[in-house]
Parts: sequence; structure tokens; C-alpha cells
Amino acid sequence: MTDLSGDEPIIELSGVNKWYGAFHVLRDVSLTVAKGERIVVCGPSGSGKSTLIRCINRLEEHQAGTIRVHGIPLDQDVRHIEAIRRDVGMVFQSFNLFPHLTVLENLTLAPVWVKKTPKAEAERLARQYLERVRIPEQADKYPGQLSGGQQQRVAIARALCMNPSIMLFDEPTSALDPEMVKEVLDVMVDLAQGGMTMLCVTHEMGFARRVADRMVFMDKGEIVEVAPPAELFANPKSERTRAFLGQVLGH
Amino acid sequence: MSDGAFGLSPGEPPATRPPPAIAAPGVVGWLRANLFRTWYDTLLTLAVLYVLWLVVPDVVRWALGDAVWSGEAAACRAAGGACWAFVAEKWRFILFGTFPADQHWRPTLAMLLTMGVLLASADRRFWGPRLLVLWAVGLGAAWLLMAGGLFGLSPVPTELWGGLPLTLGLSVVGLAVAFPLGVLLALGRTSALPVLRVLSTAYIELIRGVPLVSVLFMASVMIPLFLPTGVSIDKLLRAQIGLILFAAAYLAEVVRGGLQAIPKGQVEAASALGLGYWQRQRLIILPQALSLVIPPLVNTFIGFFKDTSLVIIIGLLDLLSTAKAALTDPAWRGFYKEAYLFVGVIYFLFCYALSRYSRYLETSLSKGRRR
Ligand SMILES: Nc1ncnc2c1ncn2[C@@H]1O[C@H](COP(=O)(O)OP(=O)(O)OP(=O)(O)O)[C@@H](O)[C@H]1O
Ligand SMILES: [Mg+2]
Repeated sequence: MTDLSGDEPIIELSGVNKWYGAFHVLRDVSLTVAKGERIVVCGPSGSGKSTLIRCINRLEEHQAGTIRVHGIPLDQDVRHIEAIRRDVGMVFQSFNLFPHLTVLENLTLAPVWVKKTPKAEAERLARQYLERVRIPEQADKYPGQLSGGQQQRVAIARALCMNPSIMLFDEPTSALDPEMVKEVLDVMVDLAQGGMTMLCVTHEMGFARRVADRMVFMDKGEIVEVAPPAELFANPKSERTRAFLGQVLGH
Repeated sequence: MSDGAFGLSPGEPPATRPPPAIAAPGVVGWLRANLFRTWYDTLLTLAVLYVLWLVVPDVVRWALGDAVWSGEAAACRAAGGACWAFVAEKWRFILFGTFPADQHWRPTLAMLLTMGVLLASADRRFWGPRLLVLWAVGLGAAWLLMAGGLFGLSPVPTELWGGLPLTLGLSVVGLAVAFPLGVLLALGRTSALPVLRVLSTAYIELIRGVPLVSVLFMASVMIPLFLPTGVSIDKLLRAQIGLILFAAAYLAEVVRGGLQAIPKGQVEAASALGLGYWQRQRLIILPQALSLVIPPLVNTFIGFFKDTSLVIIIGLLDLLSTAKAALTDPAWRGFYKEAYLFVGVIYFLFCYALSRYSRYLETSLSKGRRR
């Protein structure tokens, strides 16, 4: 962590708390992410990983503490929320492509309506990103006609079309058949190597080892441990981390 | 590679083709496959044939063989068949009500304009903001034709309007206004803002808890009470408002059904891309929700088209009422079957066209989506 202290922070969470009714989902979560940093978040099911990254673009609202993205605080000000969402891309476990639009329309929708990019320019950009996720030939199909792996790559391209500086991934490969996991991970590795700031919830430890600068281990709504992957895998400081890694890696 | 591991002898082709159809080709084959496949199919077919044999000859004799096509009522009463002479005599009154007879070209043209607008809207290629202009211009011109008072057209007060133009106008304008209103109510009822949710829900439940007849009465009697003295609004307009308020509540519930069927992930993905509330609804949620509920939506449309006949209770002469009125002519009393058949056929043509269109729309909208 110390080696990153000089870089400008792009996401800052401090003392973030959230409850669902009486259930305390996030407990005093603090985390600073530097520009270009790649973070992998892991932890047992129900530990609050999704909730944490969904707070960063306000799909969930936190109730205490502060979240800043590019220095802009996430508060009740709608303009702040809009500004942050424009700059933060998100990829979901279940793809969430728009089934009534073609792949190309899925990709151009936000640039045209949110950024007011001219349609021709948006399409050029969209095709460029489809190329980058290696499915340029699928542009005119509907999402329902694609395989899961292709759909997830379209979803990644869709987020990239807004030219975000941060990408959030919530278990992007866990809804996929095993043989499609690799094609999606390859795209994500590409992206990581291109310098994108990434926050990624995943159980793909191979991916984490390969691209993550730091790993965040969460349990019961808390951040238990933050360390570079090599360090975390080699000698986890917490007993809970050790137990979890044992389960994920040991089977 | 393996030695007959799949149990196929070398000459036997793999089972890649579907099994051969059981039915033989041709008429006999079709009959076999569709009418006489099993013993109960055969029984049903024979029973239906027997009923048809009992009914059809009598109906044909009444409607065609013994029918009287022109002339006086006396001729009809002498013959045993249908009195189409009644329709020949009264069709203009049934279609146009008390609209001045020498001006019937005006409601005719107005209806053609309205149907032209409907036809243009039916084509998906025209969907867009231009359509709003077309509706405003088309319906505006239709209204001008009916009401007159400009461009040398003699003014015709709405009390004289009636028949098909009235039914069509009330339905088309009613649905054109009630539909967007219903969508807004549905959005209100599913909104995150408690005030909107409570207001929309209260409105919808209130209207749905009351029969259309009383909504029409309220619109007719209550609206004038709320207006300052001296200001009065037309009876037709009051009926139209009543119909709109009523239809909006029902349409809202249909639309809500569609909204709730859209997975939460759709809103989340749209929000994460930075789309605002109205953009999300217009571009992502409503297109999917509405195409899901086309069948119940069209059902509501058709019901509404027929419900406009209730405006008779506040004294407007719609298509059904003009038919009834035609029957009160002492010379032509008693030809109910002919009058109602005539009107029924007109209603049927409109409803059937709408129903066919909804089938087309459903398939064309779902093309290529969702496997
Ligand atoms: N809308 C909600 N209302 C109430 N409880 C919720 C809601 N969403 C999530 N929770 C609860 O909050 C906890 C954390 O959920 P979250 O989805 O963040 O976990 P996660 O770490 O992403 O788990 P998983 O690995 O299963 O995706 C879970 O116990 C879950 O049941
Ligand atoms: Mg999760």
C-alpha cells in the first residue's frame, strides 16, 4: 500500500456503513483506490462484496461515512450521482443487456443519450470496442442470440463505450459455463493491462494473482485484510482469510 | 471411430431426420390428421357437422333466400326472411345519426382521416415524434370537418353528432389521451416516491371500484358544478373526459403488469450507464414492458371501444343508439335482428382488425429477441 501513497486517489471510501433494516451489511468500510490500480475483492457469500461496489455508483445508498469518486462526494445531489455514473462503468453477473436492442444499439445507447455523442461517431466507437472484445461480427444480432460469454463481452464493451475511467465488475464470470470463463477473463486482463482502474469482485484466483495490485478480503460486512495477492496467498494475517482461501484454493 | 458403439449397422442412416409425418398429403390426409385422428375427434366432428346441418340451412334461408332487399316494411312483413330493406332505408341514419343529411360527406371524410391516421400509426416505420404531428393535424382536421364554422363549412353543434363518427371519435381520442395517462399512472404507482405512489394507487382503485355508468354520470353532472357560473362545457366533451378518466385507470393496471415483469437488472444497467429516470423508462423499461402486455392492452382497447356505447345514458347517440333510434320509426318497428346485425358487423370489423394488428405487432416486436 505504501508504494501507492504518492498516486492520486480516484475512489475514497471512509467509514462507510450500510444497513438493510436491522441487518448491518457494511461495517466501517474504508478503502482508497489509486488511479490505474486493480483491486480484486473476495470473501464468502453474503459478506457484502456486491453491496460495497454497488455503493460506488449509487445503485445502493450508504447511510454513514463518505464515498468520493474523483473527489466528488456521493450525496443527495443528483448532479454528483450523474457525474460519477458517467465515469464509472459496471459489469454485472447476469449481463443485463437490453434484450429489445441489437448489440450495436446496446453499445450506442448511453453515448448518444447521456453524452450526446453523434450517432455515427457512437457507432464507430461501438464497433471499435466490439473489435476489442473480439466479437465485431455480432453487431447486428440481439443479445438473446449470443452465448453467455459473448453477452458478457458485449456488456463489457457497452460499459467501455462511455469511456469510463473506472470499471466495476460484480462476479462477471460466475454465471458462465466453464468453457466461456476464459474468453471473458482474457478481455478483462487486456483491460487491466491497458491501465484501467478496476474494482473486481471475483472468485477467479488465477485472474487475481495475474492482474491484481491489491486484494481486499471481506467477511461479515467488514474489510478484514488488504494485501497484494502474492502476500495474501502466501501468508494471510487473519484466520478468517486463511480459512476462506483454504476453501477457494484448496478444493 | 468406435465399432458400432451407437448400435447402428453400417447401412443404417443416423436418426437426424424427423420421423415421417403420419398424415398422407392432400385433402384426405388433412381431414384424417385434423378431424378424424382419434375416435373422440371423430365423434366431435360428427356432432359439430350435425349441429351445422340443423342451423346453417335455416340461417341461410333467412338471411339470403327469403330476404327482402328493398321496398316497404309491408313487403318485409309479408316475407319470412331478413328485412335488409330496413338497413337500406336506415343506414345513413344509423351511421351518421342526426348530422344534417346534406352534409354527410363531412363525417365520412372525418372518419377516413381518422382511419388514415390510425393506419399510418400502425406502421412501425412511422413511429416517432412525427406521428404526434400527424395525430394533431389529422384529428384536428377531422374535428373541424365535424364542427364546421370555418372555411365556409356550416357549423354543426355537437348535439347533432352521432352514429359511427361519434363512436369512433370518442374511442380514438379517448384512447389516445388515456393511454399516455395510464402509462404515467402506472409509473406513478411503481415509483419510489411515496406521495406519487399513494396518489396513483388511490386514483386507480377509486375508478376501478366504480362502474363506467356512474363515472359518466359524474362527468356529466359534477363537472359543471366545479365550473364558475356562466362557463359551460359541451356534453360531448364531458363524456369524453369521463371515458378518458375511466380508461386510464384500467390501462394503468395493464401497463403496471408489464413494468413489474421487467427484471431489476435492466434498471440497474441503465442507471449504471448514467441514464436518467425518464430516459430509463422511455428507452429501456417501457418498450419492453409494453410489448409484453400487448394482448391485455388490446383487450382493454377493444372493451373500451364497445363501452363507448354507454354514453347513451347521458343522451349521446352513438352507433348502437342510432340503431335503436332507427327502430323507433313506427313504419319500421320490430326489425331488431337486422339493426343489431348491421351494427354488430361494424363493431366486429373494427375489433377484429385491432386484434389482427396486435398479433402482427407481437410477432414483429419479438422477432430476433429472447430465444
Ligand atoms: N435488498 C436487500 N435487502 C435486504 N438484505 C439484502 C439486500 N441485498 C442484499 N442483502 C443482504 O446483504 C448481505 C450482503 O449481500 P451482498 O450481495 O453484498 O453479498 P455478496 O458478498 O455479494 O455475496 P455473494 O457472493 O453471494 O454475491 C447478504 O446477507 C444479503 O442477504
Ligand atoms: Mg454478490
